[in-house]
Amino acid sequence: MSGTQALQWAAQLAIGLLLVAMLLVLVRLVRGPNLGDRILALDTLTILAVGLIGALAVLTGFTLYIDIAIAIALVGFLSTVALARYLLARANRGEAP
Amino acid sequence: MIGEALRYLAAAAVLAGAAFGLLAAIGIARLPDLYTRLHAASKAGVVGSGLILVAVILISTDGPVMMRAGLGIVFLLLSTPVAAHLLARAAYKSAELPTAGTTLDVIDAPN
Repeated sequence: MSGTQALQWAAQLAIGLLLVAMLLVLVRLVRGPNLGDRILALDTLTILAVGLIGALAVLTGFTLYIDIAIAIALVGFLSTVALARYLLARANRGEAP
Repeated sequence: MIGEALRYLAAAAVLAGAAFGLLAAIGIARLPDLYTRLHAASKAGVVGSGLILVAVILISTDGPVMMRAGLGIVFLLLSTPVAAHLLARAAYKSAELPTAGTTLDVIDAPN
């Protein structure tokens, strides 16, 4: 097996594994039980999406995908921070979690 | 010759990264409370995506792509601990209870 073939095979397997991982995180996103768990699940989903896009870039050799991965990582971090601040503000107002 | 070896190395990195991502997801699905889930997600998740970006660096041939992938790794390594800490603090402030087996609360402990 040549290096290119090994790389294609590894990237396809990696995409499959990451899709299974995203499905598991989606289960946690639906089941909760609290808002914090859902925020964490969304954050992990964006990080896994970065990995998925990286694996796609390896598979296709189309390296422009890396820019998309960086943009998703940025937006995911900002949304996690915003949602965590919302959770903190709600806790300071003394509402139920 | 070197390129061939780098491709094998990149294949190994992609597989290891995907395995770490799957481990993070299993941790999120199976662990008992938010704090332990944060522990799984913020370490294994960032290593998983970081290793896949390392593979992109290994197989790319031009400089800007390498630089952008490296920038992505640095950004993930910087932002994920911050987000995890902020989320854990917010959850603690909103009186989210840890799992029943927890023995020590350092913030609340008398000293």
